[in-house]
Amino acid sequence: MNLHEYQAKDLFRAAGMAVNPGEVAESPERARELAEGYGGRAVVKAQVHSGGRGKAGGVKLARSPADAEKHAEAILGMSISGLVVHRVLVSPIEEIESEAYIGVLIDREHQRPVLMVSAEGGVDIEEVAADNPEAIHRLRVDPRYGLLPHQAYGLATRLYDEPKLASQGARAIAQLYQAFVDNGASMAEINPLIATSAGQVVAIDAKVSIDDSELFRHPELAALRDPTTETAADRRAREAGLSFVKLGGNVGCCVNGAGLAMATMDLVKFYGGEPANFLDIGGSSNPDKVVAALEIITSDPGVRVILFNIFGGITRCDDVANGIVQAVERIGFELPLVIRLTGTNEEPARRILSGAGLAAAASMDEVVEKAVQLAAG
Amino acid sequence: MSIFVDEKSRVLVQGITGRDGSFHARQMISYGTRIVAGVTPGKGGRDFAGPGGEVVPVFDTVADAVAETGADCSVVYVPPAFAAGAVMEAADAGIDFIVCVTEGVPVLDMTRTHAFVQDRGCRLVGPNCPGIISPGKTSLGIIPGSIVARGPVGVISRSGTLTYEAVRQLTERGLGQSSCIGIGGDPLIGTSFVECLAAFSEDPETEAVVLIGEIGGTAEQEAAAWIGEHLEVPAIGFIAGRSAPPGTRMGHAGAIISGSSGTAEVKTRAFEDNGVRVAMRPREISSLVRELIGG
Repeated sequence: MNLHEYQAKDLFRAAGMAVNPGEVAESPERARELAEGYGGRAVVKAQVHSGGRGKAGGVKLARSPADAEKHAEAILGMSISGLVVHRVLVSPIEEIESEAYIGVLIDREHQRPVLMVSAEGGVDIEEVAADNPEAIHRLRVDPRYGLLPHQAYGLATRLYDEPKLASQGARAIAQLYQAFVDNGASMAEINPLIATSAGQVVAIDAKVSIDDSELFRHPELAALRDPTTETAADRRAREAGLSFVKLGGNVGCCVNGAGLAMATMDLVKFYGGEPANFLDIGGSSNPDKVVAALEIITSDPGVRVILFNIFGGITRCDDVANGIVQAVERIGFELPLVIRLTGTNEEPARRILSGAGLAAAASMDEVVEKAVQLAAG
Repeated sequence: MSIFVDEKSRVLVQGITGRDGSFHARQMISYGTRIVAGVTPGKGGRDFAGPGGEVVPVFDTVADAVAETGADCSVVYVPPAFAAGAVMEAADAGIDFIVCVTEGVPVLDMTRTHAFVQDRGCRLVGPNCPGIISPGKTSLGIIPGSIVARGPVGVISRSGTLTYEAVRQLTERGLGQSSCIGIGGDPLIGTSFVECLAAFSEDPETEAVVLIGEIGGTAEQEAAAWIGEHLEVPAIGFIAGRSAPPGTRMGHAGAIISGSSGTAEVKTRAFEDNGVRVAMRPREISSLVRELIGG
């Protein structure tokens, strides 16, 4: 789950980090008031889950409160990468002497957190990694001991020559790592971490993603979910415990297991069709999940055919068949259904389906090809 | 032969009294797995009944179970909040081989767990995996026994049901398996493709290896490089998620393209550059195996 910049900054402040002040405004008038409070000059930043906010016109410098109001007016309601901006963060302008990058994420290959720092901050770190990889310094943290003080300091000396700045940088790196661990993050970064002309190291921008699997032990973070970033279908899927991704084609897919669900989408493409979605009903045998899945798929007006691909293991085919029949009765949709059910309890599942006038095939290629034809016809 | 586990493996089930644990303990007993103990804290002293009237003693702790029964393998079916703790308990009690089926284990829990398990010389498979089956010998996890058959093909996969799809086709075409192992769909997993490949390459019965990968991470690229240097039997690969958009998690926590490294194209090229034949559809997997090892 991604956090907004202002939410991420609150986590870093709680970890003791020096963070550029700021408050959120949902109206141009409020942005004006906040800018007045900061002495007139302020930066107005769109709060959306998207990179490239600056390039999209979502970050503006205001020279006066009236300017801040005007910028907020322009930014609120604008769309960045398809996401509508509902809030702006208004902050005082800092005098920037230098910009660095500090971040931490999970190194999958080495199975531990990795800290990355670069003196080339303020730009896209992926570009630095591509163009000038030696400008990024990495440290894999041993989870048995956590980040040790000399390690944080060693990284900070890569960012700052001035001893006072290096010791502030070391503190910021240690606080970043602590916030990452304490909040169950999968990624946390500050870009840029600036040194001001007054010799202070301050976080200017912040990005944090929380590991979804940690939310059960962090209700305070789960409460930060921004409902405006979710579509109705996404929300329905999350509440029903389904993995769902809308893709935009016309073949609605309902599959058990993430790997098989991806392979099913790929096969739809292989036969010349376009999958409408990725949807994994998971390993459970609960017919209600199937009903929820069908409600989500049929709520997409682009869908012209619904394809089921179920390989029963833990999932019992008869439970899925019951879910399909219940859903057809409850929702009453007209779309054609193409069903493949195989594995555990395949035979009773076929009887349930045929009792409701539905047929099931056994081969994956056969049903996918048929679904693609129906969607095209 | 088979890799990691066989008919001699003495298996305990952590979470044996739970909904999933009890169901799969019975399935494993039916398949012929030697289930010697169950562990559920607070339920020690009871007996768990197998499908054919088998009696499996239940213990409060893994240490007690190991002391009483000599268990050397464990399968973990406990909820996500307790899964990492259960794995570390098993490693601490001297268990050599642990399968963690649980999905949704926090990644930071796993960073500590991996270090803990490695320090004790123990192998973890998973989490978020279907486990391992060595046909005709033993099954640890949830892979349906009905779809496998004994034979010369080793199967390694990041997925569950997609593995079943591939394995059943192999079986239907007379291509049995030495072992089938699901290594898990999470970003951090205990046993990698490379470690499984190394094990299969030591197994004289394995004549070909099938790798079922997916988008996200670099595990397939590392496997491809290892195959190019070390593997002497033919390898067949498949990558799920060719049509997945970048930056979006596709069900598995580990199935996300970030930057350019995790795409299906990059993985396919890595396979092909190292002599791995790549199936573009699941049904081609068994055709390629047949082509490469005859039979």
